[in-house]
Amino acid sequence: MTTHQDPAVRAAAGSVPAEPHAAVAPPAGPADAGRHNGPAPALDWADGVDTVQRAAGTGDELQPYAELGLRDDEYDRIRHILGRRPTQAELAMYSIMWSEHCSYKSSKVHLRQFGEKAPPSDRLLAGIGENAGVVRVSDTLAVTFKVESHNHPSFVEPYQGAATGVGGIVRDILAMGARPVAVMDPLRFGAADHPDTARVLPGVVAGVGGYGNCLGLPNIGGELVFDPCYQGNPLLNALCLGVLPVDRLQKKDAAGPGNIVVLLGAKTGRDGIGGVSVLASATFDEGSEKRRPSVQVGDPFIEKLLIEACLELYDAELVVGIQDLGGAGLTCALTETAASAGTGMRVWLERVPLREPSMEPHEILASESQERMLLVVTPEKLEAVLKTAEKWGVLATAIGEVTAPAPDGRPGRLLVTWNDHVVVDVPPGSLVDDGPVYARPMREPADLILLQADRAETLPRPSNPEALRETLLRMIASPNLADKTWVTEQYDRYVLGNTVLAQPEDSGVIRIDEQSGLGVALSVDGNGRYARLDPYQGTKLALAEAYRNVAVTGAKPIAVTNCLNFGSPEDPGVMWQFAEAVRGLADGCLELGIPVTGGNVSFYNQTGAAAIHPTPVVGVLGVLDNVADRVPMGFVPRTGGDHDQLFLLGDTHVELSGSEWAWVTHEHLGGMPPQVDLGRERQLAELMAEAARVGHLSSAHDLSDGGLAQSLVESCLRRGVGARVGVPERFADGSLPFVFLYSESAGRVLVSVPRGHEKAFTALCTERGVPWEQIGVTDPTSDALDVHGQFRIGLDELRAVHTATLPRLFGGSEAAQVQVEAARTGTTTIAPATAGQPVDVPEREQPADADDPAGEAVAAPATAAPVSGGPVSGGPETRAATAAGPDASAGSAPAPAAPAGSAPTSDAASGADTASAAGGHDVDVPTAGSTPQAGADDAAASGTGDGGGQRPTPDQR
Amino acid sequence: MTARVGVVTFPGSLDDGDAARAVRIAGAEPVRLWHGDPELHGVDAVVLPGGFSYGDYLRCGAIARFAPVMETLVDAARGGLPVLGICNGFQILCEAHLLPGALTRNQHLHFRNRDQVLRVESAGTAWTNTFQPGQEILIPVKNGEGCYVADTATLDELEADGRVVARYVGGNPNGSQRDIAAITNAAGNVVGIMPHPEHAVEALTGPSLDGLGFFTSVLKHLVGTPA
Repeated sequence: MTTHQDPAVRAAAGSVPAEPHAAVAPPAGPADAGRHNGPAPALDWADGVDTVQRAAGTGDELQPYAELGLRDDEYDRIRHILGRRPTQAELAMYSIMWSEHCSYKSSKVHLRQFGEKAPPSDRLLAGIGENAGVVRVSDTLAVTFKVESHNHPSFVEPYQGAATGVGGIVRDILAMGARPVAVMDPLRFGAADHPDTARVLPGVVAGVGGYGNCLGLPNIGGELVFDPCYQGNPLLNALCLGVLPVDRLQKKDAAGPGNIVVLLGAKTGRDGIGGVSVLASATFDEGSEKRRPSVQVGDPFIEKLLIEACLELYDAELVVGIQDLGGAGLTCALTETAASAGTGMRVWLERVPLREPSMEPHEILASESQERMLLVVTPEKLEAVLKTAEKWGVLATAIGEVTAPAPDGRPGRLLVTWNDHVVVDVPPGSLVDDGPVYARPMREPADLILLQADRAETLPRPSNPEALRETLLRMIASPNLADKTWVTEQYDRYVLGNTVLAQPEDSGVIRIDEQSGLGVALSVDGNGRYARLDPYQGTKLALAEAYRNVAVTGAKPIAVTNCLNFGSPEDPGVMWQFAEAVRGLADGCLELGIPVTGGNVSFYNQTGAAAIHPTPVVGVLGVLDNVADRVPMGFVPRTGGDHDQLFLLGDTHVELSGSEWAWVTHEHLGGMPPQVDLGRERQLAELMAEAARVGHLSSAHDLSDGGLAQSLVESCLRRGVGARVGVPERFADGSLPFVFLYSESAGRVLVSVPRGHEKAFTALCTERGVPWEQIGVTDPTSDALDVHGQFRIGLDELRAVHTATLPRLFGGSEAAQVQVEAARTGTTTIAPATAGQPVDVPEREQPADADDPAGEAVAAPATAAPVSGGPVSGGPETRAATAAGPDASAGSAPAPAAPAGSAPTSDAASGADTASAAGGHDVDVPTAGSTPQAGADDAAASGTGDGGGQRPTPDQR
Repeated sequence: MTARVGVVTFPGSLDDGDAARAVRIAGAEPVRLWHGDPELHGVDAVVLPGGFSYGDYLRCGAIARFAPVMETLVDAARGGLPVLGICNGFQILCEAHLLPGALTRNQHLHFRNRDQVLRVESAGTAWTNTFQPGQEILIPVKNGEGCYVADTATLDELEADGRVVARYVGGNPNGSQRDIAAITNAAGNVVGIMPHPEHAVEALTGPSLDGLGFFTSVLKHLVGTPA
């Protein structure tokens, strides 16, 4: 095919504006005499087309702009720009390009901070405003990554909504010139046991898997979070990572007048019409199910071919510019590529291959049919482009050509004809850059003060070993902390053969250069509860967690992406949350010294008046010079009685507000989220990178939801290696052992260190200013997690309880049944698999426990010590002694007490301090923290050899 | 002389690069073959890799079976050329009637990816001769339609002739009859396997190195084969 012929221009000279670059803003009005000659409007209408010419002559005609989501003033503005009423096609284009989803009209004024506060980076090859940020990771290689939402479609039609969410972000990455190499999927659903969750979740998971698996992209991580706030608005965020040679970076500019515009990929159908304007930019109501036709339908097979075809085109240098077609379809691609280059474009719409021949121009322009890319190629390379497309069996059609800017230098115009009728004649920049921008009213939600005052630190806590044991089993079975294998084994994590780490590890790690071992680590994290309590801190906490998750693998964090999921921007409370979140992320990135490279905003995540928790999801990317140095999360099996030392890095405060425990046990959300110290996070990251590089670490696992207890269980179960842990002396009394295990203080990591590395490692911690404390040892021969003086639980029981929840909720397989059986028979205690709904049961009756005949004697700690014949031989010693010695034989127990005078109260600790003073429960404020050096100083002072990093004694009340 | 092992790329093949890497790590030269090219370019053996050839439209492997390269390959396989079909490749071999039976939707209806223990039942094939009979190996399985089915007579015949090459141990991931994970043809040169040996060839990226044995086996087989 060819585009050099111009039948439209030849045949329809009378209907084409004589001066396409004429002034764009004469007074709005019905008449433009110069354009009103030619065929009568009635004739055009008889053809079923609303032409520019007809529009100019029928200015009073009523148009359904409100139904398309445009406000009165926005519509007036379109008329002003065009100097007439828009045609039906133009109206459709403006309505989608000026929708919240495409124009960022409510968020723009805030998002500027990402640029203004960006730390300098010489790695950034493409940043915000491009399809995805591109970061240089070596002299020759760059990576690109971005996370995007597809929330609304995934609620309406879970499988296709999720599938096309993956497809869309993959094309963004492809458009940068990169080969997509991995995906991740942060997912959020309503209550795990809600019937509609059982409808949405399996469909979403199957959609993410169905598309990603068929594309051949390993799924290396994500999130699975349940909270009632997402009941009517589940969140499907999808991240894609791509790799490219630095010199293969592609642009989206439709540069070079005379160049050909080629549509590559699938045929255009009626799917997804109005997706962005009708779906993504309005809140849900009772008619939502009727919107199913607005959800796109994906075909991953076509996308796979599209990927291979595009990569071949890039390598042969056949492409001048490229843009993916996603939300807003052809409209967005045509206007963005032209606006980006300042050129104009001439498009023959009837050349677009259609799935349904009856489609009208505005439908073709608005269609969100998947698996399409727009290419700009030079005329002499068109044949080669078409040939490559044919090799891969992908449709390629020349649909237009680039036209020159106006002689006076002003940008060109986008002129679209359909069977010789001019249906669109607009300045492309007016759709892309001149959309409305709103500084929407903001107001702190009225309930926030009360919410923040209702602190979880005052809630009743488990304060004896039996209750603690029961709490642990209930927590690891709760939906947010339970094993996610039911979901993740529906995803291919092996394809492409470069997956070094994947879920449930803290980060996904992908090798990008087989020769050098160069690789990247990626993590995505968010915590809607924290953000609800304090959107500024909550967003920093999300950033800190993702950053830490990358760091614990040994990678150096270098770049940030984000997906900001919020309610309606028309609600001042939501807008305030959004502004605070953006400010938190921008400030946080500045403090950490890593730039935001791109992201996505999803508003209107609310049903009726109820918005979701503000849910900023933050993705952090790090670099590993050699992926062989990566540190996994699981304790390592050892033979011959050998074991590793366990260290807890960072400070533990009494921080329970917003915690998973408060939610699971008390259905409580209130108080202030944990303190976040990004300077400390940075020190920690530098420490982890160095320790990984020199081989000090056999495992490292971030502490976050569910605190230390959750991390211990996960590290034990990962490779089936037990551990013995001692509760430090200052956490010995009352409910403090619980605080030690379940506080969600940020900036903490659980590491295991092989024999012989302890001194060097702790010296390094001290040097880097990171507090450390030895808390126990791995116990490869025990097959149990033993928290000394508290409980001892076999790994089989932990595993059975931990893995049974999702299969029980979402149906399962034969294997799941086996696991449930194991849970039922493997323990006579309180496996939630037998109990129905663990979430709703705050404190159970103390069950009989075969392992612990003294179970009822909760008031006497001594009698609650394990007597089950495990490796701990201490028995019922005094608490002070037992707590100190998880491994007497190794001579590495934490010192029983810290020296006096070493209990300065750090700022961070004082926050917790003040908070819990009001608590009135049986607690406790460990004024941990102190200065970074304190741990080391104490260790030296107390003379406990290699184990010593003891910290100050808590201030008992 | 280095053996040359072809790896076919169909539209929708996904593990072709991994199969080529496994061939290289095993010490042979991987040769990329294209579905539309009937020429086998003189390779000594062929791997049909995993993926979703032709989007799994119609039936898994049903369209790939008619690709030009398959016309040549079927004849060559009947003539003794070693052919390993992995996952989608196994499905293609069944559709091409080089192997009996069929692969159907997993009984639990989910795609499943896990590290799977297999027991090598037959070490007599071109692709398993470096294993011991009864040896247990750990290899990733990942499929949505990996449930092996055949009529009873065929299953009995496969068992009687020692043509069940590997079985799932410690849980059947897809409901395959008689826990069958891999089978071979009567001559032992064509093997279809549902799990992915090419994903278990490097300590860094796989759960074991057990997959390498399939690729070193064919090299051993080729050395013993008269030219």
